[in-house]
Order: sequence, then C-alpha cells, then structure tokens
Amino acid sequence: MSDTVTLHINGRPVQVPQGTTVAAALEIAGQTYSRRSVSHKARGALCGMGVCFECRVTIDNVPHCRSCQTLCVQGMEVVTDD
Amino acid sequence: MTRSRQNWDVLVVGAGPAGMAAACEAAQAGARVALLDSQHTLGGQIWHGEQQHPKSRAARHWFSRVQALDITVFTRTTVVAAFSPQSLLAETPKGPLVFDWHRLILATGARELFIPFPGWTTPHVTGAGGLQSLVKSGWPIQGKRVVLAGSGPLLLAVAQAIKKEGAHVCCIAEQTPWLRLAAFGQGAAAHISKLWQGVDIGLSLLGVPYHCGWWPVRAEGQDLLRRVTLSNGRRERSIECDVLACGFGLVPNLKLASLLGCAGGGPFVSVDSHQQTPREHVYCAGELTGIGGVDAALVEGRIAGLCAAGQLDRARTLFPRRRSWHCFQDKMAQAFGLQEALKSLPDEHTVVCRCEDISYGQLVSHANWQDAKLQTRCGMGSCQGCTCGASLQFLLGWSRASERPPVLSTSIKTLIGEETGH
Repeated sequence: MSDTVTLHINGRPVQVPQGTTVAAALEIAGQTYSRRSVSHKARGALCGMGVCFECRVTIDNVPHCRSCQTLCVQGMEVVTDD
Repeated sequence: MTRSRQNWDVLVVGAGPAGMAAACEAAQAGARVALLDSQHTLGGQIWHGEQQHPKSRAARHWFSRVQALDITVFTRTTVVAAFSPQSLLAETPKGPLVFDWHRLILATGARELFIPFPGWTTPHVTGAGGLQSLVKSGWPIQGKRVVLAGSGPLLLAVAQAIKKEGAHVCCIAEQTPWLRLAAFGQGAAAHISKLWQGVDIGLSLLGVPYHCGWWPVRAEGQDLLRRVTLSNGRRERSIECDVLACGFGLVPNLKLASLLGCAGGGPFVSVDSHQQTPREHVYCAGELTGIGGVDAALVEGRIAGLCAAGQLDRARTLFPRRRSWHCFQDKMAQAFGLQEALKSLPDEHTVVCRCEDISYGQLVSHANWQDAKLQTRCGMGSCQGCTCGASLQFLLGWSRASERPPVLSTSIKTLIGEETGH
C-alpha cells in the first residue's frame, strides 16, 4: 500500500501522507480558507476538533463536511468556497 | 429504515483518558462494555493521534489496556439523542444505532474557550489546542511564525509540541500576571510529576519570550493573518506572524449531560464520591466535573468504571489520589483565572457568532441567551452555539437554556426510523 494519497482540491491534484486530514491537505495545497461566511468573509479551521464547523468544505459532492474530522482518501474531490 | 439495537452493561461515551480508564476498570470487573467516540481513534484530544505511537507512559499503559481487555470500541460514533430513559441514539459509519445501557459513563471532555476580539475570525487564528490537533493531523507548521496567547499550561505544551515540528514560536502571551503565576509555581511543587513535566517544557522553550499579563487585542490581515497586537492594559506591541493560536482555558462539553438531565445548572456536572450524577446509574468523569487535566481524569474515570461495575471497595482505595489531584486542580483554577479586562476585548463590530456572523454590538442589548437567539439567530448555526455560547457565558454571564435533541447536527435519516422507542 502506498504511504501517500492523491486528492483533488478545487480540481488541482495534491499529494499528502496517509493519515492527513482534509483540513491539513488544504493548508498543504496553499488553500488557507475553507469557506465564506454569511457576510462573505474567509474562514478557516479554528478548533481542530470538530466542534466549531468553520473548516467545512464539500467532499465528493457532500456539502458541510468538517475537513478537520475527515481523513484524505485516494481520489477524493474537495471543493472550498471561492 | 430499521435501526439496529444493542444492549450493554456499561456504556462509556468519550474515549479520552477518563473514558478509557472507566471502560478498562468496568471491563476488568467483568462488565460488558462499549466505548464510543466521535473521533477516528481513541485518546481524546490530549492523546489525539497517539494510538499507534503513544508519547507518554500513561498513554502507553491505557492504550494497551483497552486493547487487551474485552471492550467493544465504536469510533466515529456520535451520540445525537436520548430516546428512552436508558438508551441513546448514535450515528455510526454503518448508520444509526441505538445503545441500551444499564450504567452510563459520560466522559465527553472539554473544548477550548474562545474570547472574541477584533480580527479573531481571520484565517490562521486558531485555538491553541486547535493548532496542536491540526498539526498532529498533518497541518504544515514548519517555518511558520506563531504567536501563542491566552492562559494556562496548555500554551506551553503546545509551544513545545509545535517547536519540535519546526515552528518559530515568536512569543507566548499569558494573561495571568507574573506574581500570581509565581505563587502557583510554589504551590505546584507538591506535585512532583507535574513539576518535572514543567521543567522539561521550560528547558525546551528556552529563548521563547513568555509575557505574563499580556493578551491579544487585535488580529489583522485580509483573508489571512499578518499581524497580531498584544496589550497589557497600558501598552501595546504588534508582532508580524503567520499563525495566532489562542487558548483561554477549557469549557466542559455538557450537551449530552444536559440532555440527560444530570448537568444541574452550574458550569460543571456535580457528582458524588462514586462519580455518580444526580441521576441514578449515570456517572461522569474527567473535565465534565471540573477542569483537572489528564491525571484527575484518569483517576475519576477509574472510580466511575469501578462503581458502575459494582466494585465500590476497590473504588474507595482511589479516593486519596483523586483528592490530591483535585487539590492541584483548585490551585490551577485560582492561578489561571481570567482577568476582567478580557471581557472588554470585543468591540461592537467584532463577530461573536461565527456561524451566523452576529456581532457583539447586535447581542449586547439583549437580556439573555434565549432572547438573543430568538432575535438574532445567534447560536443557531452549524455549531449550535458551542463556540459563541461559551464566549457569551464569559463575556455577559449568559447561561444556556436547557438542551434539546439532536445535540449535534445530524441527518434526518438518523432521526427517523421504525424504532423510535415511543
């Protein structure tokens, strides 16, 4: 089994070590925010433990996934807000 | 759709140190035990990601005990509701599951208290424990300039951990004034193991400025943090940095305890000497009963596990050790109590409810949490008030109204089903 996985973040491939969360993969890819708030401000991971929901993204077409609680999987498609 | 149902002698919710210790003692005493946690692995926040390679002797001991004993572990399993007096509904990776229990042990731990200040919603402003969790899960920290601010020994532990990973720790801003801290240092000397831990951390942080009596007042940056301003109430200093990690202490995760009607009205769950809550057969251990750290959590968890399995005599032998850690806990609470000045950190434009973008100015005129919630939608977003509820409790003294199910955002699919218990 390979010790890295490749996923797509906003359509761009990113290779990360196994066991990396999506929140960490966003940062590795230089995507420093995950969503826009109701008044369109950039927001990123805050609590790191699945409580605050600030790190949410769309994963494989499922919206509102907490990126800090989701491990990267080969071929995963992650979409953040613009 | 049908829900599966399972029956357990002892059900433990939360697999941090307290929950792991509780499950082990109950299983050792012969009870059929299930241990639930919402994370991927055991260990809670403090031992997050250490299941394969524990970093401390205590972690190694408890991970191997959980593995060796007959304990059924459910990870990625989140309790969302209580359907009947002795059953809980949980969301698991395989779908919804109902857990019937004879004895229930709650060890749901704590989360960080966030105090809103201008700019705190800027990306790269994180929790202190939050940053540590992110780094443990692969978040790149090497070469980043980090300011740590807030209160308590967690700041030091996080500084040590991220420095090891190659972060440049610019400084640590501890809100506690130096004199109060010095008094605590002397008092803590009685707890030798903690003292050595402190010395170890101290040595590894040589050269990192530690500013006592300072706190963050402003974070700046468009879409990304660039600068932090600290204050001691008289002077300000600004620091260019990449990450600001704030930790103003911990607040217990009381939602499930409240839902089960055993939280009382106070900041913590009150328990008797057997760790039993006012509700019979429901026990609590760890940070839910008071912020005491890993050692207090372990001994409370052991006592709860033993009592839930009917081993009262064995539990009693642990009472002196629990007393000693509670003593330490009281000293910590005294030393790191938050300064009044922190209550004026948010200005009228500072966002308090991050889910709904509700500012402090919109909230402060309301009478209480319930009123604010109904008028502004504060606390009604994805996090269900977990973040702003604790902030507003600190800032305005607002306590939360009672909990209603579901305690966490969940799918309709989980909530409907043939078997509703009614």
